[in-house]
Amino acid sequence: MTRYIIRRILLIIPVLFGASILVFTALRLAPGDPATALAGEQATPELVAQIRQDMGLNEPLPVQYLIYVGKLLQGDWGRSTKTHGRVVEEIMLRLPNTVLLATTSLAFAAAIGILLGILASIKPYSWVDGGSMTMALLGVSMPVFWLGLMLMAFFAVILPRALGMQSPIFPPTGSGTWQHLVMPTITLAMNSMAILARMTRATMLEVLRQDYVRTGRAKGLRERAVIFRHALRNALIPVVTIMGLQFGILLSGAVLTETVFAWPGIGRLLVDSISYRDYPMVQGIILFIAIGFTFVNLVVDVLYAFLDPRIRYA
Amino acid sequence: MTINALELTRTQKIMFSTQVLRKALRRFTRHRPAMVGLSIVCLFVIAGIFAHALAPYDPDKADFALARQGPSAAHWLGNDELGRDMLSRLIFGARLSLLVGLIPVSIGLFIGVPLGLLAGYFGGGLDMFVMRLIDIMLAFPGILLAIMVSAFLGPGLFNLMISVGVVSIPVYTRLARGSTLAVKEEQFVEAARSIGSSHLRMLRLHILPNIIAPLVIQSSLQVAAAILSAAALGFLGLGVPPNVTEWGTMLQKGRTYIFSAIHIVMFPGFAIMFVVLGLNLLGDGLRDLLDPRMSR
Repeated sequence: MTRYIIRRILLIIPVLFGASILVFTALRLAPGDPATALAGEQATPELVAQIRQDMGLNEPLPVQYLIYVGKLLQGDWGRSTKTHGRVVEEIMLRLPNTVLLATTSLAFAAAIGILLGILASIKPYSWVDGGSMTMALLGVSMPVFWLGLMLMAFFAVILPRALGMQSPIFPPTGSGTWQHLVMPTITLAMNSMAILARMTRATMLEVLRQDYVRTGRAKGLRERAVIFRHALRNALIPVVTIMGLQFGILLSGAVLTETVFAWPGIGRLLVDSISYRDYPMVQGIILFIAIGFTFVNLVVDVLYAFLDPRIRYA
Repeated sequence: MTINALELTRTQKIMFSTQVLRKALRRFTRHRPAMVGLSIVCLFVIAGIFAHALAPYDPDKADFALARQGPSAAHWLGNDELGRDMLSRLIFGARLSLLVGLIPVSIGLFIGVPLGLLAGYFGGGLDMFVMRLIDIMLAFPGILLAIMVSAFLGPGLFNLMISVGVVSIPVYTRLARGSTLAVKEEQFVEAARSIGSSHLRMLRLHILPNIIAPLVIQSSLQVAAAILSAAALGFLGLGVPPNVTEWGTMLQKGRTYIFSAIHIVMFPGFAIMFVVLGLNLLGDGLRDLLDPRMSR
């Protein structure tokens, strides 16, 4: 197991290295001069030249990259051209909000998705199966930002108006209370929920066909024990892996959800930074999410190997 | 008339392939979800191609007297914030969505498939190098890679297609590599190798035709993903310029009026969901038919 973990950690080093090259190159391809952007439109040519010198922009590209990586490793991810604050600090300030939203969404998606998957697999081809899978199919087909807007209109205007209420049932934007979390959570969770429901159904159907399930039934176990104690435990192994991967995807999916609900997380910060052409911030957030996603995948792989010993020895 | 052995074989071959095709077609037409998906996709393609003939009004003609009007007999889906006919805009939007669905997927196919084929076929250092490149691209989850490319290239139809296309490259590379690895172990590939077929001939005649099925299935699902990604980029303001009729951009412009004129947002969203649903149903159906292991 230790050897597997070490091998898996060594494999992410070239990935992170490559991701940093990609992000660095993207910034250099972006229109405009980073020094002018940092100095501002009214800056004197001398100031711009000084900033160019300080940022190392007069050096050849490979040297610039090495300077960039060196600074990254020391925790210096640059400064925002909009607020002039440190990129890392601004990300860290908003990160808890995004993690909170991603966590609640994953919990919601897992609870509902796995339940729908189990219900569908217990009675395949029944109306329960048809209904659950139609819902799941709609969940993977709808644009999440559109669902967010629809929920917003429903809970803030249509339903309160129908019930004769003066204020929205759930606040349409902002953060701070659990009520603020409801609509962004449902919105962000929808896609993952649909994927988990389809996955759980498929793996449960596979497991329910196995001999040990038949043996369980033959020896007179109650159906509930067969489903939950024998089938579900084995069926959930691949589902747990998908759940882990979904967490990383939720972090990036939060970009759209946070934009719709004005949720103060890193996703919204990314969109705001793009519209202000604040490239150091854009670069920092994208690299941060990529690193986070890579580490989440590492944890998922290790967990999977822990749950299923066949993986370690493959 | 005598039929020599070679001609007989050819005739048998044609008969056999016709039989297989007929059988597959029969199975496909009996697969209800796949047929529903195909019908939706056909409707979408027809709307896109014949937009000029089908749209009741000029999609760009503003009429401020009708701004934000709800559905009526004259304007079935109502009017947008500038009084333009929503139905006409949705029909013309189908044309653009068709483009942003097909062109990025073609980019993914033309770059991703050869990369995966070569990596899977030759293996070794080349495989290692290609797969590490793909791992790097996959380090940017979901729509993030498209957002990054779009953010740095700037908005515009061409850049939008590149951004969405880049995202599909790793999907095709991994799929083509995996399928190539499986096919190259088959006996007919070994037989072709033993009679001295060149690498190019092996790849072109023996490997590629045998990995087409998973690529076709993936393409249907990938077009759906591309349409969703393009709409998301449009919604974030990273899509086409505001004067171009595109569903995601329509949602972005309409969101200001979500509380006063919900139809401006509701219908473009329905259009996206409808088309993506059709493509997903078609993809699932094709998978059930072409990949027997996945069928229920």
